[in-house]
Amino acid sequence: MKPAAFEYLAVESVEQALEALGAAGGEAKIVAGGQSLVPMLNFRLLQPSLLVDVNRIPGLDFIEVEAERVRVGALTRHWRQEASPELRRHLPVLSAAMAEVAHLAIRNRGTLGGSLSHADPAAELPMIALLLEAEIVTAAPAGGRRVAARDFFLGALTTDLAEDELVVEVAFRRPAAGSGWAFEELARRSGDFALAAVAVTLRLEGGRIAEPRIALMGVDETALRAEAAEALLEGEAPGEALLAAAAEAVRARVQPNTDLHASADYRRHLAGVLTRRTLQTALARAAGEAA
Amino acid sequence: MTGKRLVRMTVNGSPVEEAVEPRLLLSDFLRQMLGLTGTHVGCEQGVCGACTVRLDGRTARACLTFAVQAEGSEIVTVEGLGTAEALSPLQEAFREHHALQCGFCTPGMLMTALDLLETRPGATDAELREGLSGNLCRCTGYEHIVAAVRAAAERLAREGKREGPP
Repeated sequence: MKPAAFEYLAVESVEQALEALGAAGGEAKIVAGGQSLVPMLNFRLLQPSLLVDVNRIPGLDFIEVEAERVRVGALTRHWRQEASPELRRHLPVLSAAMAEVAHLAIRNRGTLGGSLSHADPAAELPMIALLLEAEIVTAAPAGGRRVAARDFFLGALTTDLAEDELVVEVAFRRPAAGSGWAFEELARRSGDFALAAVAVTLRLEGGRIAEPRIALMGVDETALRAEAAEALLEGEAPGEALLAAAAEAVRARVQPNTDLHASADYRRHLAGVLTRRTLQTALARAAGEAA
Repeated sequence: MTGKRLVRMTVNGSPVEEAVEPRLLLSDFLRQMLGLTGTHVGCEQGVCGACTVRLDGRTARACLTFAVQAEGSEIVTVEGLGTAEALSPLQEAFREHHALQCGFCTPGMLMTALDLLETRPGATDAELREGLSGNLCRCTGYEHIVAAVRAAAERLAREGKREGPP
């Protein structure tokens, strides 16, 4: 339960981080909040030769609200995403999801860039990045990239990031004014990884559903969007039968695993139930019936 | 450098300076190098909460932080609250309400409760339970811990005081 020996470098700029990562030739790990990485080091599941600590890089902890997008710095901690008045106003679904991440002490340290780079299939931020069609902005020796969230998560704990690439910013798309939203997850105990979670945004236009977005986590190799269910809802008038059909489309889409916490069947069932509930809440909010 | 390096920080108001290996966890640094054994080590994977300390004003798991990362930081451990002779208001409330039995989880509970008292002074019982849910206790059933934190919050509000050494 003690990590193997490693070298440690606290960098003070993105350039310095990239240089260290490049020189280590794939043997280095980046540490930000460390709330997922350090347990893996303690268990010796990972034994990097070098830990590149990015916590002291200035200018990566910010929230900027723009017309189309909200840009959030990679070092923004979960507690700030949960508490920020700007995010609560412009991306309430993100703030609501952040309140469900692990526990107080973990949220005090964990970071946006760290969670996306770690890509746990049962973590809230990858799901919210997919829901809000985030662009993940990276820095790399050959120049940075903007990667769409849908191209970023390749599998459990696997992303499109190169070994010498660092997430520096995430640009979430702002749902249109008047959008309704909802987030619900079910975990056996407060703060545990969720068995399943669903997040939704949508609008109502003349009584019909517009721009429905449904994202899930904990029910597949990565967080995912339920495109077929979204297509079913687009342009339709809400009703019980429609929501039931959307829930059925979600159940057909997901491929959960069985583990000691829950069976695959139960997780699939939950995905359907939570889809129906979140759609109801989002519709009520879009209709101005709920806060 | 897997060799030792110098790290400086402030612990419970006193400056400290030690040579440490980069892989030394902050929890082991506090216990083994500084002799501050109030910070307990349970799971070493961030789950049990026994090692919770304050790092630059916010609670953190000492087992998920390396001592080298705390360079220049302000650390407060349970030893920074009260003493056996002069308990802090929160510690006093834990004693009055029987909020501890074996005592293993208590330092982490106190440090988390400190955060709750400061950041959510008017918290409801449900909010206190959610806030404390990251700290495991196998003895008390939690009821007395929630009661103690609530009582401490009420006393501090009544007396217009902050949690800390009396």
